[in-house]
Amino acid sequence: MSIPGSAYLILAAALFCIGAFGLLIRRNVLVMFMCVELMLNAANLTFVTFGRMLHDVGGQASVFFVLVVAAAEVVVGLGIVVAIFRRRHRAVADELSSLKG
Amino acid sequence: MVHAAWLIVLFPLLGAVVLFSFGRRLGEPAAGWIGTSAIAASFVAACCTFAGVAGLPRSGGQAFTQHLFDWINVGSFHAQVALLADPLSMTMCLFVTGISALIHLYSIGYMHGERDYAKFFFYLNLFVTSMLVLVLANNLLLTFVGWEGVGVCSYWLISYYFDKDSAASAGKKAFVYNRIGDVGLLLAMFLLFSQLHTLNYLDLGRRASSLSSLVITMAVLALLLAAAGKSAQIPLFNWLPDAMEGPTPVSALIHAATMVTAGVYLLCRMHVLVSASATATWVICGIGLATAFVAATIATSQSDIKKGLAFSTVSQIGYMVLAVGTGDYVAAIFLMVAHAFFKALLFLGSGSVIHGLHGEQELVRMGALRKFLPWTYATFLIGWLAICGVPPFAGFWAKGSVLDAAWAKSPALWAVGIFTALLTAYYMSRLFYLTFTGQARFDQVGPNGEDPIPTPHESPWTMRLPLVILAICTTFGGVLGLPFLHNFGLEPWLSPVFGTSLHTPDFSVATQWTFAVIDAAVALAGIGLAWILWRGRAERPALTPAFLARVWYWDDAYDAVFGRPATKLANFSAEVVDQRVIDGAVLGSAGLVRRGAVALRRIQNGQVRSYAIGIVAGLVAFLAFLLSRIG
Repeated sequence: MSIPGSAYLILAAALFCIGAFGLLIRRNVLVMFMCVELMLNAANLTFVTFGRMLHDVGGQASVFFVLVVAAAEVVVGLGIVVAIFRRRHRAVADELSSLKG
Repeated sequence: MVHAAWLIVLFPLLGAVVLFSFGRRLGEPAAGWIGTSAIAASFVAACCTFAGVAGLPRSGGQAFTQHLFDWINVGSFHAQVALLADPLSMTMCLFVTGISALIHLYSIGYMHGERDYAKFFFYLNLFVTSMLVLVLANNLLLTFVGWEGVGVCSYWLISYYFDKDSAASAGKKAFVYNRIGDVGLLLAMFLLFSQLHTLNYLDLGRRASSLSSLVITMAVLALLLAAAGKSAQIPLFNWLPDAMEGPTPVSALIHAATMVTAGVYLLCRMHVLVSASATATWVICGIGLATAFVAATIATSQSDIKKGLAFSTVSQIGYMVLAVGTGDYVAAIFLMVAHAFFKALLFLGSGSVIHGLHGEQELVRMGALRKFLPWTYATFLIGWLAICGVPPFAGFWAKGSVLDAAWAKSPALWAVGIFTALLTAYYMSRLFYLTFTGQARFDQVGPNGEDPIPTPHESPWTMRLPLVILAICTTFGGVLGLPFLHNFGLEPWLSPVFGTSLHTPDFSVATQWTFAVIDAAVALAGIGLAWILWRGRAERPALTPAFLARVWYWDDAYDAVFGRPATKLANFSAEVVDQRVIDGAVLGSAGLVRRGAVALRRIQNGQVRSYAIGIVAGLVAFLAFLLSRIG
């Protein structure tokens, strides 16, 4: 018995919503960062599912690009988080508003 | 020989280029001699071309076109730089180059010690170049180039003493009045090109018969506006008296002998059109006669020797325009040539007087100069008798032929014309008496407390020689148009050009004698009248009323009608339109952006999570929109 494609899509949507929700309600920068990763991977899952359903390898190929971008983003993002920890010894998103207009 | 036509223009142009490039280094008097010899060479070239044109067959209008190069070729519009050598243009070229050469020679002495000595001769050479382009062009567009060229040179030369306020504003006045006239020339060109698809004079003449009479009248009236601007006719005549702010040789050359006759030349050149419109010829007659009369009345009351001569010039050009209106183009050209001789002579003579009196121009400070300036006196005497119309000088014959033509058109025109001739003799005699006879007044304290002027001195030979040559030309210039010689002079020479447009009066010998006697009697009456009224007097306020001295309040009227409303409009624009409307729009839009930015910057609060909410909200809204479209 094969699992229908819609189940993967529902899972992906659920993961995306969890990620988005977490991003909105958590204040710890590191956790927010993880939530972003969750959303990215939900999108990846959607790509793969559609690639499979539509018999198009393009969906899986796109995932590689997303992975590469995510890896780069992690490097930069974690670098920033580490830098913030070094200066403030804590990383609460609501305290960081020095870029306001 | 006719192929020398391009050299006529080339020599003054070369002179101008040399003076422009090296004038300052050449200095005085080398720059003056270079300028003079360039014009003299041009005169020689004009003589050669003249001989060539005289040898052309009369059947073809004696016209020779020298094509130099194509200028503009756009669609059906073709403008060439080509010269038209025919009896009319050669007559103009001969007297323009001849008199210019004399006046250049005169300027060498007159401009002695002036700063910008070389620049003066550069302007003069450039002026002569432009004037010759105007005269020799074979199409209206190239004539327009020369027309503008002489206009700008006139502007530079009137404002030659540009650090004097009056000279600077006189230059501007001349420039603006001329621009108004130029509008007429442009309109005429547009109209003729749209109807006939050519601006070439010979083609225009050939195709003119296909035009409707309304178009012809409009074109001629537009040309008349152009002529009124350049030739100082009513309603655009007031710039010429102010133009006397320029150095006197400039007044003689540009504002008496040559440039101001360009309008008359243009009308003569367009004779086919002018003669084809009866309405327009009456308007031309009216403008010419009104100008001649008004300017003559004004000239009776001028206190400045050059201003008096300037109004006399306006009046004489009025006669020329009158002659054009009557259809006797030969009379117009005859008076133009004769006037060029005697008015250049009178202006140069007045320049010699002013030079001798160290710059004094007021008649009340002259008197008795006969003893001190014998050469100037003798030559000025000849010019004076000529302009008064005393036989046998050129002015008598020329003015006589214009008055005859006026009689042939309408005795009413003649009546005003002969009265103006009386005024002419009167005001010129007044000017002559006040300058050369009576008591010496220059050695007394002036009416406004000026210091006495030291004893006047006669001018150097470079200034006397042109006076003598012009006096000879004035004395014998009448042979160009003797009424009883029909196969000699200007009439048979110019008739191939004008063809059927030309209407010369056909009087019997007895009638001609009668008119000649009347003309001479009127001239002598004017001279006598001035002698009775002005002998031994320097001032008679009753005879020089403010109304005439102030030019019939013409300038004041223009000031009230155009000047002051325009000033008000300009002030309104500066204070209301500029400061409120334009500045308001600019500053208002800047303020709007600033206030909007202040409001919008609150959104950018630096909180990552609030940005995220924005993104999510946008995403949700977008998805909801998509769903609504699908559902």
